[in-house]
Amino acid sequence: MPTFVYMTRCDGCGHCVDICPSDIMHIDKVTRRAYNIEPNMCWECYSCVKACPHQAIDVRGYADFAPLGHSVRVRRDEEKGVIAWRIKFRNGKKDMDLLAPITTKPWGKHIPQLKDVSGPSKEMRDSQLLFNEPKYIRLDDGDIHTLESNGLKLKEGVYY
Amino acid sequence: MAYKTVVEDNIDILVCGAGLGGTGAAWEARYWGQDKKIIIAEKANIDRSGAVAQGLYAINCYMGTRFGENNPEDHVRYARIDLMGMVREDLLFDMARHVDSAVHQFEEWGLPLMRNPKTGAYQREGRWQIMIHGESYKPIVAEAAKKSADKIFNRVCVTHLLMDETNPNRVAGAVGFNVRTGDYHVFKSKAVIVAAGGASNIYKPRSVGEGAGRVWYAPWSSGSAYGLLIGAGAKMTQMENRIVLARFKDGYGPVGAYFLHLKTYTQNCLGEEYESKWWPGLQEMVGKEYLDPQASHATHRPIPTCLRNHALISEVNAGRGPIHMVTMEAFQDPHLEEIGWHNFLGMTVGQAVLWAATDVDPKYENPELTTSEPYVMGSHATGCGAWCSGPEDISPPEYYWGYNRMTTVEGLFGAGDAVGGTPHAFSSGSFTEGRLAAKAACKYIDDGKAEGIRISQQQLDDRKKEIYKPLEHYKIYRNEITAGTVNPHYINPRQGLDRLQKLMDEYAGGAGVSYMTNEKLLNIGLKKLKLLEEDLDKLGAEDIHELMRAWELKHRHLTSEAVVQHTLFRKETRWPGYYYRGDALKLDDENWHVLTVSRRDPKTGEYTMEKAPCYHLVGEKEQAEAAEA
Repeated sequence: MPTFVYMTRCDGCGHCVDICPSDIMHIDKVTRRAYNIEPNMCWECYSCVKACPHQAIDVRGYADFAPLGHSVRVRRDEEKGVIAWRIKFRNGKKDMDLLAPITTKPWGKHIPQLKDVSGPSKEMRDSQLLFNEPKYIRLDDGDIHTLESNGLKLKEGVYY
Repeated sequence: MAYKTVVEDNIDILVCGAGLGGTGAAWEARYWGQDKKIIIAEKANIDRSGAVAQGLYAINCYMGTRFGENNPEDHVRYARIDLMGMVREDLLFDMARHVDSAVHQFEEWGLPLMRNPKTGAYQREGRWQIMIHGESYKPIVAEAAKKSADKIFNRVCVTHLLMDETNPNRVAGAVGFNVRTGDYHVFKSKAVIVAAGGASNIYKPRSVGEGAGRVWYAPWSSGSAYGLLIGAGAKMTQMENRIVLARFKDGYGPVGAYFLHLKTYTQNCLGEEYESKWWPGLQEMVGKEYLDPQASHATHRPIPTCLRNHALISEVNAGRGPIHMVTMEAFQDPHLEEIGWHNFLGMTVGQAVLWAATDVDPKYENPELTTSEPYVMGSHATGCGAWCSGPEDISPPEYYWGYNRMTTVEGLFGAGDAVGGTPHAFSSGSFTEGRLAAKAACKYIDDGKAEGIRISQQQLDDRKKEIYKPLEHYKIYRNEITAGTVNPHYINPRQGLDRLQKLMDEYAGGAGVSYMTNEKLLNIGLKKLKLLEEDLDKLGAEDIHELMRAWELKHRHLTSEAVVQHTLFRKETRWPGYYYRGDALKLDDENWHVLTVSRRDPKTGEYTMEKAPCYHLVGEKEQAEAAEA
């Protein structure tokens, strides 16, 4: 659903401009605040809504099929690793709070720096293995699958 | 034009587009090339770019060999059945045997994978899908890419690949422009991995006006995976194999978790099951080998996605629409109800917004389904993309030319949507393909294949002029008119996109014609595409943002032309429910159990088409079935 920006909450910081995958959140030259320049290229992905430090961005369902008067709000907290949603129906009959984890680890801390790990041997380079394989395929001592190991051949022809 | 030229030289691996495929490529490249220079060029911001920008609620490709669930060949058979036989089984087997190692690393990096409390294994949604809390899937894999890349150029829209002057079939880098500063960017690189996106918005969407952004695949998926590769003269495969999705109406919310996990099901407006009545007629079109409802029922052999679409489309055309998803039973269970909503919030928030706006509570009302406009892509339930080499230990000679995932252009690799014949890769499989391409690209460089590359100043100057032409053109002719967008000398990118969508819809089997086309229509379509190509030379762009839309449109146009050429070439209806050739309404295994391969000559724009053999993995299962027949 296309995004819009509340005048009194936006301070023109540009976080939304920086994150929008569709490049449609721009800063208005007169008001110095953000706005959606191309609603028909908005995927309602909420990337800008989540990135806004002032909760200044909201979404109003597409005019061609969504009646006014609904609300889906979100707060994403990287430090706590959770995202909280609130869905309010147009008729007021449903008002839901939904909470979900977004990560189980501190940001980026558990991703190895591959420049510093011990590099691949020539044997590894000549094999079909990728980094951390074969171990990470099955997390046991098993090897990578091949046509031979799995009793397969590649044959030309019609098979279903 | 006053824009600066920014040159990044001596690159070893350039990754164009960093969605799931590109982040996988950049991440893995560092292991095989610890001293290599790895650069990412991305149109948006890698923290939220690509099809997974808003998150995912499931990883749709996970074997679970660790839990004894599936072997790679089981997944290949599944993809083969679903795509009516037309897949690259060497590439699929290769992806499937590696994909679990990617998923296990995602968990280690912090991606929350759900567990089945009884078995301790990952929570299955279906045989291949596992459920995740994936709102931050993209930021997490972006962190990995950031650790590996030397430099990331966010907001650089890559428009063309650079070619070597000493060997015109060898890649030499890429060029593009920064969508903020307008600067011209030159990347000189020994190898390039194209991991850009497939194509939304080439067929007229069902939504109108403001809602045109509510497409199934992301609106920023501009077919650049194909535009870049076709433009460089790489061979393409299976470009006719566009996909149509059966989804919740208007919002295009996903149905996978609903069918598989929540056990919801569909019915027509009369509350009747409708699929089975269409099977006998459909069986006559495709043959019992491809559709055998009894066998499917007995053995859990899936009925191909396109054929289930066919039943839905036929039922609606017979006047018994709308089709409803029966949610009212499952949603009585509060736990399942919550999953149903989380599923949307995790990957298609717009569907939740739509139900809130229209007061559709699936607990008390069965929501409508529809079939979408077609999409051209290669990682969901379809396999458009480049004709790539497979791995050394698997591929037959016709599928192998030295480096895994290398296109027919030397040094030019693909991943994700860019690789043809590999459907059902989804997010994890695309990431895996990126890893495979990265390893092979490092090997290509280490083998000395990228020595002596030369790029002339002429090539760089010509591309620069070409890239900024829409801005120049606008400047020259804008003041000939008083105001507005109607000008006899140019059209703007939106006007061009509207024309493309209309002609693709009407002539190449869009939703507006119930996915029907034929040779005559396709030929008219080709003619109109040629005329549009001439007008694309006269695009007018008011600013840098519009310049980006202009280049997206050019990539979409190249993609569309390939789609029409391939659709014209394959004289059969292989995937009823994705599209129909009205002049060849039957599946024809005698002539068309082959993969289609095309090449567009970059100099002349002429297409050549060929058939490539279709190899299948044959094990005990296939041998037993062949013996029975």
